[in-house]
Order: sequence, then C-alpha cells, then structure tokens
Amino acid sequence: MKKEIKFHLNGEEVVAEVEPHWTLLYFLRNVMKLKGTKEGCGYGECGACTVVVDKRAVNACLYPILEVDGKKVITIEGLSKPDGQLHFIQKSFIEEGAVQCGFCTPGMIMSAYALYEEKENPDEEDIKEAIEGNLCRCTGYIKIVQAIKSAKRRQQ
Amino acid sequence: MTFNAVGQKIPKKDAPLKVTGQALYIDDLELPGMLYGKILFSKYPHARILNIDTSKAERLPGVKAVVTAKDFPPNFRIGFMKDNPPLKGNKVLSTRDEIAAVCAISPEIAEEACELIDVDYEVLPGVFDPITAMREDAPILHEELGSNVLKLPWKLVCGDVEKGKSESKYIVEDTFTTQWVTHCCMATSGCIAHFDINNNLTLYSNTQIPSLAQNDFLEALNALGLKNRRVRIIQVTIGGAFGSKLDTYPYEYIAILLALKTRKPVKIVFSRDEEFFATSPRQCTITKISQGCTKEGKLTFREVEMILDNGAYTSWGATTPSVMMMPISSLYRVPNVKYEAKCVYTNNTYCQAMRGYGNPQATFAIESSLDHLAEVSGIDPYDLRMINANQPGEITPQGFKITTCGLKECLEEVAKRLNWREKRGKGGGKRGVGMASLIHVGGGARVYKSDGCGTIIKMDDFGKVDVFTGATDIGQGADTVIAQIVAEELGIPVEDVNVIHNDTDVCPWDVGVHASRTTFVAGNSALYAARKIKARLTEIVSKILEIPQEDVEIRNGIAFSKSDPQKSIPVARAIRRAHFTTGGSMLMAEHFYDPNNENLGKDFKGNLSTAYTYGTHGVEVEVDTETGKVKILKYVAAHDIGRAINPLLLEGQIEGGALMGIGFALSERLIYQNGYLKNGNFLDYKILTVRDAVPVETVIIETDEKEGPYGAKGIGEPGLVPSAPAIANAIYDAIGVRIKDLPITPEKILKALKEKAGTGNKA
Repeated sequence: MKKEIKFHLNGEEVVAEVEPHWTLLYFLRNVMKLKGTKEGCGYGECGACTVVVDKRAVNACLYPILEVDGKKVITIEGLSKPDGQLHFIQKSFIEEGAVQCGFCTPGMIMSAYALYEEKENPDEEDIKEAIEGNLCRCTGYIKIVQAIKSAKRRQQ
Repeated sequence: MTFNAVGQKIPKKDAPLKVTGQALYIDDLELPGMLYGKILFSKYPHARILNIDTSKAERLPGVKAVVTAKDFPPNFRIGFMKDNPPLKGNKVLSTRDEIAAVCAISPEIAEEACELIDVDYEVLPGVFDPITAMREDAPILHEELGSNVLKLPWKLVCGDVEKGKSESKYIVEDTFTTQWVTHCCMATSGCIAHFDINNNLTLYSNTQIPSLAQNDFLEALNALGLKNRRVRIIQVTIGGAFGSKLDTYPYEYIAILLALKTRKPVKIVFSRDEEFFATSPRQCTITKISQGCTKEGKLTFREVEMILDNGAYTSWGATTPSVMMMPISSLYRVPNVKYEAKCVYTNNTYCQAMRGYGNPQATFAIESSLDHLAEVSGIDPYDLRMINANQPGEITPQGFKITTCGLKECLEEVAKRLNWREKRGKGGGKRGVGMASLIHVGGGARVYKSDGCGTIIKMDDFGKVDVFTGATDIGQGADTVIAQIVAEELGIPVEDVNVIHNDTDVCPWDVGVHASRTTFVAGNSALYAARKIKARLTEIVSKILEIPQEDVEIRNGIAFSKSDPQKSIPVARAIRRAHFTTGGSMLMAEHFYDPNNENLGKDFKGNLSTAYTYGTHGVEVEVDTETGKVKILKYVAAHDIGRAINPLLLEGQIEGGALMGIGFALSERLIYQNGYLKNGNFLDYKILTVRDAVPVETVIIETDEKEGPYGAKGIGEPGLVPSAPAIANAIYDAIGVRIKDLPITPEKILKALKEKAGTGNKA
C-alpha cells in the first residue's frame, strides 16, 4: 500500500505517494526521472548512487524511501546553480582530469560534497575516508583525490 | 616546434556533462513504449536441454513476448568461430548460457516471468580446466568439432631456438599462470533495440566497434529474414569498456529478437550479478617459458608454450596469442624465438579481450623469467635489460619495423627514480625494488582487413567546426584529443571544435576502439581531413586578402598574412564571404586514414603496427613477512608515447592502467568452481579502492613518431602491461621468493616463505 511522504529534494519540497519497499534510488530514477544518480551494483558496494541526506552521504540503493520523510536530500542535479554555475567540486573534477568514463563521477562528487559540508579543510586522510566506498575503474583515484583536495582553492 | 592546442592539459570535453549527471548511459535512456528484457541463464555448466516450458511465463500479465532457441533460425551462430547460438536449444555448455528470454512492461515482471520458465535438463559431466579438457576421455563440448582444442594453430618460429640454446651460457625455465580477471566497468552492459515501421533497426549500444557491430547485426537481420535492411548504432555514453565491448553478445541479439517480436523498443541491462557471471573475462593462461643468454648477458633464445582456457564459446579472447607474440618475439632483442599456444574449450565462462589483449599475461612470464635469468647469470636485472634493450631502426624477428623507441630512456628513468643501485638487494629482507618493461602496438594494429578510420569535417558560417569521426570514446578522451588535433591544424580554439562520435548514420567507418589505436589512427584521420579543409580555407583567404596562399596563416580564429600581419580577416567572415555569393561554397572535407601496417602472414610475421610503444615500470615494495601483505612504497611508470597530445588525459590512462595492473598483480581473481562463479560481487572480487591507490609517478618520454599525429603513439593499454612482473620482481628482491601464479596474495607469499624456510634454500 502506498504511503505519503514529504521531503526536500534539491531545495524544493516534494510530496509523493510511495511504495514502502522502494529505495531512494528507485524513487529518484524512476519516479522523479533524475538519472544523474547511478546504479552500479544495487547492494551498496560501489557508491555510484551516493546522494546526500541531511548532510550525510548515503547509498541511495539501500536507503528506504520512507526514511527520507521530513529530510533534506541533495543529488548531483542539485549541486550546480540554475544558471549553470557549477559547484566548486564539479569544476575541480573537470579541471583536474578526474573524469574518464564518468559513471562513478556523480557519486564521487556527492561523497566529496558531504565531506565539505562537514569539514572546511579536509586533508588527504579525510578525503580517502570520504570516498573509500566509491569505486572507480578508470582513473586510479589519483586525479580524483587531487580534485577534491584542490577544490577548496576554486571556491575562493 | 611550438603548439597551441597540442600538448595542452585540456579537460575532457564531456566532463561538464558527466559532473552534472547529464551524461546519459544506457540505463538512463527511456524510449516511448519501451519494454524490459530479461534472460534466463542455465542452471548447469554442462547439460542437455530436454524441454523448455514457457507457458506460465507467457500467461503472466505484463509479459509481451517469450523467446527460445526456436525463434532464431536453426543454424544461427555468433562469434569469431561462429560457435555460439544466442539462445541455446539443445545443450548448455556453461552457467552463463542463455536458454530463454522475456520482455515485459516492467523489469520486475520480466524477472518474475523468467522464474516461471521450467527447464528440464539432463546433466552431463563437465570439464573445468584446459589440461583435463585435452585428455582423450574428456567430454567434448562441441561434438561436431570432435575435439576441445580450437583449430587455431598459434605458432611463431623465428631463427633457431636449438642453436640459441647451444650458444647459451645460462638458461632458465619456469611455468607461470594467470587468473581470470574481469573488466568491472562501473556501468553494466546493456542495449536498447528498436525497429522502425520499415524494419530498420536502431540499436542504442555501449559497443567499442560500431561499424563491425553494424555488420554483425545486419547478418542477424538477414538470418531473421529481413533482407536489405538498415542498422543504425547509436552509442550512448559508455560507462567503461576496457575491451569488454569489442564483440557482439547474445544479449544484444536477444534484445533485437524481442524488439522484432513486439515491435516495441526493448531494453536489456545487466544487473551487477549478471555483469560478473555473464560477461567475458581476460583469459587465464598456463605459460612455460625458457630463455637463455651468453656470458655477457646477450639474450640467445626465448621459447614459450602456452595453454589458454577458452571457455565454452569463442570470442576474441582466443586470438590474444597473436598479440602475445609481440612481447615474446620483440620485447628486448632476442634472435631466436619459438612460441606455441593452444586455446581449449572448457565448461567455464568464455573469454574476451581486456586491456592489453594478452600482453599482460605474456609479459608477466617474460619479465619474471628475465629476472630469474639475471640472477642465474649474476647480472643485475637492470643491466640485463639495458644490454638487450630494443633500439630505433631495428627490425625484430617477427618483422616489426621499430621506428621510434624510447625503451632505454624508460629503463634509465626508472632506475634513477627508484635509486636502483643503492636499493636493489639491500632491502634487509623486507623491502625490494623491481622493474619490468613492455612493448605494445602504438600505431594501430592490422588485425582486420582494414585498420582505418574515417573523418568528415565541416566548418560553419561562424567559424566553428563539426568533426564526424568513426572513433569511439570510452572515457579515454578520443573526443578531446581529436578536437585538439583539428584545432591545432586549423589554428582555431579547441572549444570551437565539436566532435560527433556516436552514430553510424553520420559517422564514417572505423574498425573500433582497441589496440591503443584511436589517437594514432583516428587522430591522423582527423588531421588529414583538417589539412584538406585548411587548404580550401587558405585559398579563400588568399583571394580575399589578395596574398599568396603560402603567405596565409591562421591563429586563434584569425587568418592573416605572414609577411604583412596587418592584412587579416576572421576565419568566420572569410567563410561567409565564400558561402554567400553566387555559386558559393561550403567548407567540408573527408579523409579515410588506413595506416601502412600489415596483417600478420600465415607464419605470423609482418609489421603489425606502424609504430610501437615502449615503457618500463619500477616498483619499490615492502613485504610484511608476518602477514604476507605487500605494500607498494613507490611506483614509477615511464612511457615512450611519441608525443603527449594531452598530458592530463595521458596521465589518466597511465595512472588508471597501473592501478588496474596492480589489481591484476595482487588482488583480483574470478573464482570458478566446477563452472560456477563464486565471487561475483564487489565484496568478494577485489578491485582496488582509494585506500589501495598508489601515487603513480608518470614519466613521459617523447620520441616524436614521424607517422603519428604531431608525433603521437598510442597509450590506452600499456599502463597495465608491466605492472604484475614489476611487482613480482620487487617482491623477490625483498624476500627471495618468486610467486609464479597471479594474483600474488598474502597466502601465497606466506606459503612460499614457509617452503623456503623449510628447505633451507636461500632462494
């Protein structure tokens, strides 16, 4: 039986009827048609579906939709400004060459975003901790770590 | 020579789409009326199919079609040896065999319907390793062939190995084995098939071979009775490939069949489970290798015998020995070479191409064995490599014409940066340094009738350029590199070049993104097309400015007189002047570039590539002798790449390749037991995480390859080729045990240490 939930998605209020067994990922991709959040495995091991719920990075593929009731959810689509202005982490990923096939990129960026929400000046250990659940097969992670590390510079 | 666009660290062109989540991968695409397909895979690795009952599935509401082998023409087979029916009707030969498929209005219904299909099997004894499969009493998989050994006689003989042995002062012989590893593309495989009202097919695809796939699917349509139809391949954003998408697969033919039955778009996308067990890994190998050298360390011969587990069907994996011949014959100067390989059918998963195409397996054996030879001959491994290093201008025993070759420079850089002389053999039983080199094709590879790539280029009234290329971008940055080359040639900003690379309706033919060939072949194709358009453009400008054509130069979108720079005109305006006039013209050009390389002959000799790329990796490790854990302290990757068109993307290829190589060396292994995959998930199959990331120190050696675009050679694959032997050699230097079976796990190290202590031998 469907239940009503109310939450903030990328700054806008959403009221929706949902099936209790849905995951947040299912809801984002299939109901809201927000395709930026990727499904890489469906069991919380690759991080491609990372979104931020109340400032915390979570795997949307494991997150029950009912749990988002009353919370604030940010996805990759909510990071850039409506005028197209990119978030400083997004800019940094582009400029540092941290993007190859790009499938892990939204999840990586959301993990980094949650990190910056928590810490103003994360060090390399913080960065590794933030993205240790995000798998990437293309880059060897070097340029991703570099991009997150130097992102701060781009904010100023 | 100074460049404007070439040599710049320009971010990947599609990165803004990817960082905002706007890039569309196959799973993101939805077409009106689209149905969802699902495949029922075999329960057993080897069995006769007695009956398939689909009636319950057909009755499930929401199901639109159910197909089995009966829906394909009886003799329809796919693959390199045409031994693979997309749906199996009589026998299954592996646990990834496709038995039936359904499509429905939702993925959930499709999955439920698959579970409602009843299959009666008669289980047959299976054979799960190539050695057993070669025995006379082994069950034969493909009965019509009469043998499990594929009729692919891989044999290369150069010089006289026996003579080489007789001239050797030192000889070593070892056997090395490598495991199944899989691509682990972050996006899983999938496609959407759709027929229009005239029975023309559009396939939304992840393929690395749009032109060859088009040909494969045309054959399928013919077989299905749809003659003289069109096939259009539209490539979506590809979420990783690494060779996995160099063939066409049963799931694609099944999607096509379901789309034809229902007249609706049908999407099949693999779950991660399916991606692990139903896609084709790198083939595992058993390699017996022997090499010798003179007292002075000159290599005298190299003899290699290899057995490959082909799995149940044949894809390009069975042809990787053709590439393994390259390092076997031509990595270092070795006058006498003999190589034989057998591919053997087993009831395991069938194998495919993966980054390096056999080269990493062969190089692991060659470079590990070379360190053994160094030890036996008492020559330092670095010195032994320098003594035998390839040089520019040589022709190797297999007939490769080496043009540029920076191998010695790569070796020197690695030795210098590792502090080799101070560190080798002085790690106190814990630390060690090792190195290994590679040769790979760097100027295309003629493995098909054509190694070509076409480019169509046009300039619009605003001075912007559209480049339609046959090249495929799988994340490596073909889009960006091609834009840089065109921008350089035309003297316009890189951002003014738009590269279209994903639609066979508008893009010219290309053999595919493989063999590290795209920068070289597609780059040259784009360069020559741009050169043609530039000739037209300078002619137009010379008429407008009333100056000789040779005097025209274009820079940053402005055309001007070299001798009198005051005379100038923006390119866009010159184009408009030529366009908007009676009898006007537009600027368009095309070029098909096919490199002057050769198919290997019947004896497997010939100049396979127009240029060859070299590299050396050096590693310092620390081994914990209590736990067996290997820690990489330093990793140097030196590569001769001709010219770095884009150092940012180039580093990305080398860093990503090296980490994939470290995974191959230390952690990755698909575990099959009696034909069943036991670790098909990211928890149990260990691709490296950021915690395992190693700060790869990339050293770029530029040798300016004459035939390459602005001097460039290929670099897509080399980054992972020498990783495993470099690490194995460093481990040996650290603790005196040589692990000959990948991956080098802590358990194997502890076992080897125990054996060493038990026998009391030093090594």
